Amino acid sequence: MWGKVVHVLVITVFTVLLAFPFYWMVITSFKQNVDLYTMENNPFVFNAKPTLDHLKFLFTETRFVRWLANTTFVGIVVVAITLVLAVPAAYSLARLSGRWGERLGIAIFLTYLVPQTLLFIPLSRVVAYLGLQDSLWALILVYPSFTVPFSIWLLMGFFKSIPKELEDAAMVDGLTRFGAFAKMVIPISTSGILTVVIFTFTLVTQEFVYALTFISSESNQMIGTGIPIFLVRGDVYYWGALMAACLIASLPIAFLYNLFLDRFIAGFTVGAVK
Amino acid sequence: MAVVETRSLTKVFKEGELGAVNSVNLETREGEFLVFLGPSGSGKTTLLRMIAGLETPTSGEILIGGRVVNDLSPRDRRIAMVFQSYALYPHLSVYKNIAFPLKAQKVKKDLHKQKVEWAASLLGIGALLDRKPRELSGGERQRVALARAIVREPAVFLLDEPLSNLDAKLRASAREELERFHRRVGTTTIYVTHDQVEAMAMGDRVLVLNKGVVHQLGTPTEVYDNPADTFVATFLGSPPMNLAELSDVIVGFRPEHFRPVSSVNGEAVAFRFKVENIEYLGSEWIVSGTPASGKLGGQKVFSRLNSAQDLSLGGTYDFAVPQCELKFFDRSTEKRVEPKVVSWQ
Repeated sequence: MWGKVVHVLVITVFTVLLAFPFYWMVITSFKQNVDLYTMENNPFVFNAKPTLDHLKFLFTETRFVRWLANTTFVGIVVVAITLVLAVPAAYSLARLSGRWGERLGIAIFLTYLVPQTLLFIPLSRVVAYLGLQDSLWALILVYPSFTVPFSIWLLMGFFKSIPKELEDAAMVDGLTRFGAFAKMVIPISTSGILTVVIFTFTLVTQEFVYALTFISSESNQMIGTGIPIFLVRGDVYYWGALMAACLIASLPIAFLYNLFLDRFIAGFTVGAVK
Repeated sequence: MAVVETRSLTKVFKEGELGAVNSVNLETREGEFLVFLGPSGSGKTTLLRMIAGLETPTSGEILIGGRVVNDLSPRDRRIAMVFQSYALYPHLSVYKNIAFPLKAQKVKKDLHKQKVEWAASLLGIGALLDRKPRELSGGERQRVALARAIVREPAVFLLDEPLSNLDAKLRASAREELERFHRRVGTTTIYVTHDQVEAMAMGDRVLVLNKGVVHQLGTPTEVYDNPADTFVATFLGSPPMNLAELSDVIVGFRPEHFRPVSSVNGEAVAFRFKVENIEYLGSEWIVSGTPASGKLGGQKVFSRLNSAQDLSLGGTYDFAVPQCELKFFDRSTEKRVEPKVVSWQ
């Protein structure tokens, strides 16, 4: 009985805690400025009629749609690059006999831990040398430097958990070496690959330092930099539009996470419990 | 059906080290059930994997059906293999697992259903076709693995310790099932095990391996009754053959031939035997102890008896071995030699 009460209580607390930012974003997006800036009003409810003014502002007075498109484009390309590099690398490291696979894997993962605040200065030289300043391609070039190591490390755990006998069996049953990898290992690792896709995409949408350093023009902004740069002008915060922009940017990712929640958890906990 | 042959087949994993498999020559017979028997690390699995094409030989040749297959990939060797873990494809249903080799070998699609159903009915798993491997018991998994192996009618079956993941009770019935299965399909089968009971019970012939070297290839009775050397003599049989070093030979005799003198007829070697331990195993008794005198004095010797009720711990009795049951081995090479006259005193 008490157990159940505690259970419900814990779930309620977490639900409120996690749902509150969304509630706040929704309600702020539709509040009139008068309502927002009147201190005497109860901030948790509508005190005046809801309005679409902020949304209209966001879509007509800023390049919000362009930023969304930029982010999606960079996200998709970086995910593709990450998969192309990380899947074969992780597989070969996982299957490398002896200790070297493990050591190399750790070494690669360590590069993920070097903070971006340290790297953006040397990387800006690289970007300048390649003439990619203020281009989305600068981000596409730089982002894999942290998405690939992490994904390799994640996928290595996955591939290691697949018994080698499965590949042997697939080869005896009629597949080539590569066929066994493509038709046996990949389908079994769907959870891991999906985790890499979602995680990489999230990292790209959240990234701030590189996007701020390498992109300057309004039309090339990513969502994470465009919103704070153009919706905060001096000490003027466009709260309604800010919240609406955040809401729209976070909904698809929240949706994706929920859709693949089980697989995502499996992706991160593989090998944790034998 | 086909014959598998290996010629001086050798596998060395690390240069300079002893080979995992050393110059193995063997030839199966048509439709035979050949067992590779050896302790762990004896190279039996490596030998099997080389025949399957999953391991590249360092030197030597492998022939299947008279054709050298060294350079063929596993899928081109017309073999089927059952792995120790069964290696069922976890993301596919039982039906798709069994159909997998057909699909991979590009067998015409309209034949799949018929062949899968044939294989499934042969192994009595027709009702399981929609399940996933994780929903099956150990015995069912083994049957699915066998069905997947049989479905494309291979020339040779390779089985790598397929019973070792089953519990003791299931193992006995699975063994019987495998034997029946082999009799029915009659495909040449190579079976790897470290379990001598499996080897003796199932094998038409047994290849005894140790440290990558073939010690003997023969029928179960040959390897048991006429071991080629001391390794075979002691590896087979539980308890193993008793061995005694006498001048330049090693003399061996099986525990079941070492009995109270009253039950031994004909010419025999007699000992005074001090009983130190008696184990009751239901259908038999294992008695161990030391001969009181002579060259065997102080050495532990086993006896297997139908009844040991008239023996007591610590007592000394007259035991004997019939002369004809003594096996002689060279002391330096440990290989079998002709019987000799030896002094036991």
